[in-house]
Amino acid sequence: MIKLTFSIAYALLLARWKQTLVAAIGVTFSITMFIALLGFMNGLNELLDGLVINRTPHISIYNEILPTENQPTDKYFFNENIYNFISSKKPKNELSQIYNSGAIIQTLKSDNRVLGVSPKLTTQVFYNTGTIDISGIINGIDVIAENKLFTFSDYVIKGNSEDLKTVSNSIILGKGAADVLLVDIGDVIQVTSNKGEISQLKVVGIFQSGIKDIDKVQSYTSISTAQKLLGVSNNYITDIQIKLKNLNLAPQIAAEFRSTFNVDAIDIQTANAQYETGSSVRSLISYAVGITLLIVAGFGIYNILNMMIYEKMDTIAILKATGFSGSQVKFIFISIALTIGIFGGILGLLFGFGTSYLIDQIPFNTAALPTIKTYPVSYNPKYYLIGGIFSIVTTYFAGYFPSRKASKVDPVIIIRGK
Amino acid sequence: MNQKVLEAVNISKYFHDPTTVQVLKDINFSLNKGEFVSITGKSGCGKSTLLYILSTMDTDYSGDLLIDGVSMKQKKEKELAFVRNEKIGFVFQFHYLLNEFSVLKNVALPGLNLGKLSQKEVEDKAYEKLKILGIEKEAYKKPNQLSGGQKQRVAIARALINDPIIIMGDEPTGNLDKKNSQIVFDIFKELSEVFNQTLLIVTHDNDFALNTNRIIEMEDGKIL
Repeated sequence: MIKLTFSIAYALLLARWKQTLVAAIGVTFSITMFIALLGFMNGLNELLDGLVINRTPHISIYNEILPTENQPTDKYFFNENIYNFISSKKPKNELSQIYNSGAIIQTLKSDNRVLGVSPKLTTQVFYNTGTIDISGIINGIDVIAENKLFTFSDYVIKGNSEDLKTVSNSIILGKGAADVLLVDIGDVIQVTSNKGEISQLKVVGIFQSGIKDIDKVQSYTSISTAQKLLGVSNNYITDIQIKLKNLNLAPQIAAEFRSTFNVDAIDIQTANAQYETGSSVRSLISYAVGITLLIVAGFGIYNILNMMIYEKMDTIAILKATGFSGSQVKFIFISIALTIGIFGGILGLLFGFGTSYLIDQIPFNTAALPTIKTYPVSYNPKYYLIGGIFSIVTTYFAGYFPSRKASKVDPVIIIRGK
Repeated sequence: MNQKVLEAVNISKYFHDPTTVQVLKDINFSLNKGEFVSITGKSGCGKSTLLYILSTMDTDYSGDLLIDGVSMKQKKEKELAFVRNEKIGFVFQFHYLLNEFSVLKNVALPGLNLGKLSQKEVEDKAYEKLKILGIEKEAYKKPNQLSGGQKQRVAIARALINDPIIIMGDEPTGNLDKKNSQIVFDIFKELSEVFNQTLLIVTHDNDFALNTNRIIEMEDGKIL
């Protein structure tokens, strides 16, 4: 029986194949645009997010320089009748070092929610060139961990990031800083630490993050080089950067670390709230455009089916007169609509993939994004799934109302009207 | 013995638009198996209206209709569709063949819908019916390649496909010339005499009516 109704639907579909084709092309076009648009938009989103989020630890552990909470005065002068007014408080005399960092890192590494840990030592320096001092920041890093967790090597545009580990007293300079200092790979620069000690460092690489303010001041050395620069012991680090397996758990885990280790911890969501907002709004816009296209295609199908039903009134009447029920007639027209939707949708997904692929081939060079050579495109299967489902749902509804009308056709009126 | 195939009990019908008019007034009659009956009357006397009520397509009436001894009054749309499919064959003034399908498929469609036989068996049976009507040569043509008389014969074959207990016709010869009308009449006669088929035909062709077993004449919504 179902086979029979399908064969009738098929015959009706072929009888008006040009209209059917136009309807299917409408669906194909809208799905193609939906896929291409979302792929492109989200490729861009992922790129922009990656710019910040890939290089930002999910949780960063550090020691804030603060005045002590229990001031000595309060310790010695206290009872109900005394209230101490302390003016001109100063931070306590301690460095931004994380105490017991080795043990913390060990604990973090064995935590199965943590993807990876990378210690870091950040200090302010002056790059000396001629008589001019330029302020900068040196990050002492574990280059292996940094490459693994934050794809550091992607941003090293000249030289090899691993040289930081193998060449002693080496530095990778930001492109902006290198331009100002007029140095290139192999040159030696002089750096003055904030304690006034002067060191010579060999430039082994130049990096470009795409964010100019960073490239102008930041540079990277190995942790031991940074420790030497500061004249501190080899367990002195200022930050522990953590990547989690699930980014969404960051705020909760950060709070946990804060209390467990008695340190400051900030999560990525708090540190970079604006990026999340930006990308979700962009996705929203592309979904809205894509879905609008599909709804327009849905109206096209609705119109064509409506016309088909008017043309095929006689057919509907005779089918009903010879014993086809209203629901069978409805099924015939819905299956016509769904056939259009499914075929148009599949073609649309294929063309959408093709268009995405084409966009992916277009060269796109920008100084701000050194790792990007072509337009970024996302091939996330999610969009293909949404596109596919939506094409079927839209065509179903586009077919539903005309089909219901067809099922309610009164054969007596049609036949007697002749 | 006389088996009642169809029985109309106090059937009345009103048209409400634009004003309420009673088109059928307490129609009572019954049809026995094998009878060849014609309904005649002037245009507007309600004969077609009656036929569509008897065919179960029109459900807006009072009174009761029994087909094969079963009341149709309480049945749902789907059940009525099934009754039409299984028990009633219909021939209209216009042939209503589907140009998308071959002649054979047109005849087979109601049989396939009934689903009692396999597709092959239904198609063989459809071919048999076409043979009875002498148009088996046209089986694989499309309906729009056939002449008017041939189309009407295909329509009759389609009405016969499920071996209905009754065939209803609404002016089946109305669109045909004398010669083709005669052919169609002869087919009906043969069905009635050879196959003991019950037929109920609405016509205003007096020659046609006079040759049937029984004439039901109507005037102003009543049987005379």
